[in-house]
Amino acid sequence: MSAPVRTSLLDAQAIGRALHRMALEIVALAGGTERLVLVGIQRRGVELAERIGVLLRREHGADVQHGALDITLYRDDLNEIGPRPVIGETRLPHELDGKVIVIVDDVLFTGRTIRAALDQIADFGRPARIGLAVLIDRGGRELPIQADIVGERVPARPGDRVDVLLAEVDGRDAVELVRGSAA
Amino acid sequence: MTPTLGKDLLGLEPLSGEQLRLILDTAEPFKEVSERAIKKVPTLRGKTIVNLFFESSTRTRISFEFAEKRLSADTVNIAGSGSSVQKGETLVDTARNLEAMRIDMVVMRHPSSGAARFLAERIRSNVVNAGDGTHEHPTQGLLDLLTIRDRLGRIEGAKVCICGDILHSRVARSNIWGLLKLGAHVAVCGPQSLLPRGIEELGVTVFRRIEDAIAWADVLNVLRLQLERMNAGFIPSLREYYRVFGVTVERLERAPRDLVILHPGPMNRGVEIDSRVADGPHSVILHQVTNGVAVRMAVLYLLAGGRPELAEAAKSGREGGE
Repeated sequence: MSAPVRTSLLDAQAIGRALHRMALEIVALAGGTERLVLVGIQRRGVELAERIGVLLRREHGADVQHGALDITLYRDDLNEIGPRPVIGETRLPHELDGKVIVIVDDVLFTGRTIRAALDQIADFGRPARIGLAVLIDRGGRELPIQADIVGERVPARPGDRVDVLLAEVDGRDAVELVRGSAA
Repeated sequence: MTPTLGKDLLGLEPLSGEQLRLILDTAEPFKEVSERAIKKVPTLRGKTIVNLFFESSTRTRISFEFAEKRLSADTVNIAGSGSSVQKGETLVDTARNLEAMRIDMVVMRHPSSGAARFLAERIRSNVVNAGDGTHEHPTQGLLDLLTIRDRLGRIEGAKVCICGDILHSRVARSNIWGLLKLGAHVAVCGPQSLLPRGIEELGVTVFRRIEDAIAWADVLNVLRLQLERMNAGFIPSLREYYRVFGVTVERLERAPRDLVILHPGPMNRGVEIDSRVADGPHSVILHQVTNGVAVRMAVLYLLAGGRPELAEAAKSGREGGE
């Protein structure tokens, strides 16, 4: 097995610019910030949703509602993958009816995480609309699911890995493509 | 390497501290599931779980059933009485017949110590011990650990005294193993006739007087005194037991610190515990019951994964992807 090759796709500045643009598009999608709820997917989606929230506060003076989803219990691969060691927190506002939820995640790949997130949100309420914003769309969908808002499109091969590193979790901001790893 | 549980949960004695922490940490998010308006996640959809209870039980059986249903598993309850067991069918034959109907898991309570292991070695389904004789009651031990951790913020270094009939108690045994592995100081207190000989060799302190135990402990786990023990001559009378070993308000008032009071239920009010203590501010007895569902959901989830060796590979390979 050859050593994996790591290529930088986005640096900290590029991530910042992408999030800035995504924040504007999210406001447009939700028709303002009043009914908007940003729901991050554990774990880096939660950090990204937080950052977008900070941008919206700074530039629109709006305090948007936040939520977090851990979709582990809604996965369809327990038999294949086995249990996840640590399940993160799930918290959503009490009232979802009539809200515009924008799901925020770091990487969109097969679409199965988003399928699970939609199922989970449906167990909590009936929002007026659910949108999807991802920092990276790497292609490779296995379900008919597409993002409304994309920070950057990255054509990755099936065996590649796209790592989104965030300062809050990983100590630095970067998006890297890892090619030729174990796949 | 993240620890895994393997095929069965037979007791806390065979588990490592790491495995115990895995179960307790996994139980945390399951607490929140029971607080939702829709108290259900699809995690074990399509799995069939048989609750096989050869001894009567209300709390444990219902707690397992809630845990199973909140994970969307399909459940069947079989009681020892009124089934083919009464007609003399052996345990293995019963289990093999169930397996022939393609089940995934068995939760079993049985009056014989070692019954859970006996079964686990003979069937492919996961086996969860819901109490076997005087051996272990691992999920009760786990929910006690979780409750202590909730209350004190830690288990390591906590001083926990288990009071009552230690000799016949599977709850005591599971507690002792779990607490020792997580670094707690463990003591027992009860009439000499109800303490196992040589228990000090495990590193457990023995108190002969409940007053001494109360002066020492952060936590008292007060066990149910099985009323049949009196008839068997282990204690002179229930009143005498209450007078000497009862956990009363007056005794607790003399403690140097506030104690956390656990009881696995069902309680004999006025025998091992004063009603005012059971309903008092330091009692976490109902909190234990709530935690029981979360801890059992965690155990079922961790066992149902089936191929835990893949979990680690999947985690590193998929991180940052889906």
